[in-house]
Amino acid sequence: MIDLGDLGLDEGAHLLIARGLSTASIVDVQGTSANLACDLPAWCRARGHAIEPTAAGWTIVRGDADRIIGAERAGTIDQPVDHAPRSWGLAARGALVEAGAPALDLAIVDRSAIWADEAARLYAQAAAAQWDPATAIPWDAPVDHPDEVEDAIVQIMTYLIENETAALLVPVRFLGRLHPHFREVMQLLAIQAADEARHIEIFTRRAQLRRTLLGLSTAGGQASLATLFDEPEWAIASFLLSVLGEGSFLSLLWFIRDHASDRCTQEVARLAAQDEARHVAFGLAHLQRHVAEDPSLRDRLAAAIERRHAALASTAGLNAEVFDALILLAAGSWDPAALRRGHAAVVALHQAMAEGRKNRLVRLGFDPAGAEALSALHTRNFM
Amino acid sequence: MPRDLLLGAVAYDAKVVPIWEGFRVFFTARGLPFDFVLYSNYERQVEAHLNGEIDVAWNSPLAWIEADRAATKQLRTASAIAMRDTDRDLTSVVVVRADSAVKTVDDLEGKRLGVGAADSPQATLIPLSSLAGLGVEGTVVRHDVLNGKHGDHIGGERDAVKALLAGTVDAACIIDGNRLAFAREGLIGTAGPTAVRVVHQTAPYDHCNFTVLGDPHPGTAKFTELLLGMSYDDPSLRPLLDLEGLKKWLPGRVSGYAALGQAVDRYGYLDEWLAQSTG
Repeated sequence: MIDLGDLGLDEGAHLLIARGLSTASIVDVQGTSANLACDLPAWCRARGHAIEPTAAGWTIVRGDADRIIGAERAGTIDQPVDHAPRSWGLAARGALVEAGAPALDLAIVDRSAIWADEAARLYAQAAAAQWDPATAIPWDAPVDHPDEVEDAIVQIMTYLIENETAALLVPVRFLGRLHPHFREVMQLLAIQAADEARHIEIFTRRAQLRRTLLGLSTAGGQASLATLFDEPEWAIASFLLSVLGEGSFLSLLWFIRDHASDRCTQEVARLAAQDEARHVAFGLAHLQRHVAEDPSLRDRLAAAIERRHAALASTAGLNAEVFDALILLAAGSWDPAALRRGHAAVVALHQAMAEGRKNRLVRLGFDPAGAEALSALHTRNFM
Repeated sequence: MPRDLLLGAVAYDAKVVPIWEGFRVFFTARGLPFDFVLYSNYERQVEAHLNGEIDVAWNSPLAWIEADRAATKQLRTASAIAMRDTDRDLTSVVVVRADSAVKTVDDLEGKRLGVGAADSPQATLIPLSSLAGLGVEGTVVRHDVLNGKHGDHIGGERDAVKALLAGTVDAACIIDGNRLAFAREGLIGTAGPTAVRVVHQTAPYDHCNFTVLGDPHPGTAKFTELLLGMSYDDPSLRPLLDLEGLKKWLPGRVSGYAALGQAVDRYGYLDEWLAQSTG
């Protein structure tokens, strides 16, 4: 006998009855709530339970309608499945999903296409390493280099903002098509987008420290970044963006950190580089796994570099304004000896970028000679 | 070759479209050529049914009485072939504010009685007739929402309860399940000025049914068989059954319409319509 006391069905008494019916198909109910005789039959009718009055109260016989029938677990909490059914939709991984939910129109549903075991660790690392642009950068630090060096920094920042915008928007396009079952990857891509948003903020703010106008955005630079938007496959897009592009970008940020004369520029470059290193690590981790599972991917990656090179063959390629700005930044003055040093440093940067690309390609299983040839085909626009 | 089995339903809410679109897919996939027509009011649907424009009508209880009586007038028979589990043994309740001086049903004599739409069986005709049967008459204050839809829209009952809480009526007539529905909405509470008390509950009655007239369409048996075979366990049907408010379809019965028939007789509610109706 379930005694509801004076608790009404409009006060939560249905929970006591439902609890009783979860373990017994027939329950006896009594209670003193004034409206119980009106509410209880109405409640049972709506739920498909049969009810009969008795001397002491009512007998309720549980109906057989149960929306749990046909429900299935969306995998387990800890491990994603190889192929995530679209009908699992937005359900948390491991949740019991009622049958009949609408299937989401998601393109990336296969674990091999997106997964990296390192995603959870990289996400945790990223979450712990978030910094506040307002306080992490010494915005008031002195800037005492020549005006032309400041102009060079503004040109470099203009270029960085453009590249970071691509680095934000390209993964986010995949994020919107990714099955949320691959939770760790979803979280990592989301926090990567937040990283890039912050980078765009600090580079913009650095450019505005002493100037009100930004530098030049070249057609060739934009053409190079635009090709990243055309890649429909995550593996190839992340290869071009993270492994080649952001990998080279990382070398560039460390270069700026090492050669800038003001602390503010040094810090924006350093903090951005820390984040970018994680992005490269995820891209590499995913691709190493993906190539191991599907060796033919390596040929598609090589073809993607060649295709992109061909698409960009007619563009101006190297951004002369950025190249010159980097020389001036490294030189720090118009002194010819300083310019010579600056020029040599930028040439060394190019070599370091090519070497880095080659090393990452070798890590993906390309032979060293092939890696070197492919590295040479990488867009002259760094990203 | 007979035409598709054509069902008529009244569009009392936008959800009626996905419900019948979904059922149409279900029936046709199982070999029953089926289509539906939506009407803006039950009288139009009953007239169309009597004229042979539709084969099955998804009728409110009042539309059932209309169809049954008009068919009888034409020396035809009307049958109820199926209904929802939730169409059986409903009651209506008359509620007053918890702090009201009205303590018993007799105290309602001469009071302002808030009811739903004029053609609502559950919120007007049946509870008023039930009170009249006890010798209790009051001043009827109607809350007409979507006349012609026989109270299918909950708005009239909600307005009656709002009037009760605002003090412009002394009692409100609603279907039993809506007392809990209004409590979940927060419209009525369990204490204080929004608390209500049930002072009268009618005898049980039945609600909607699928009606056929005379010699039914050859597909009627298959329609009934498929309908009664629908399972709440089927994930493709469950959302439709949830929308339509049932767990399973049951065979039709007409034993639960006596109270409404008495109400219609008591108020002469259908006299004019029957005189004008087809035939």
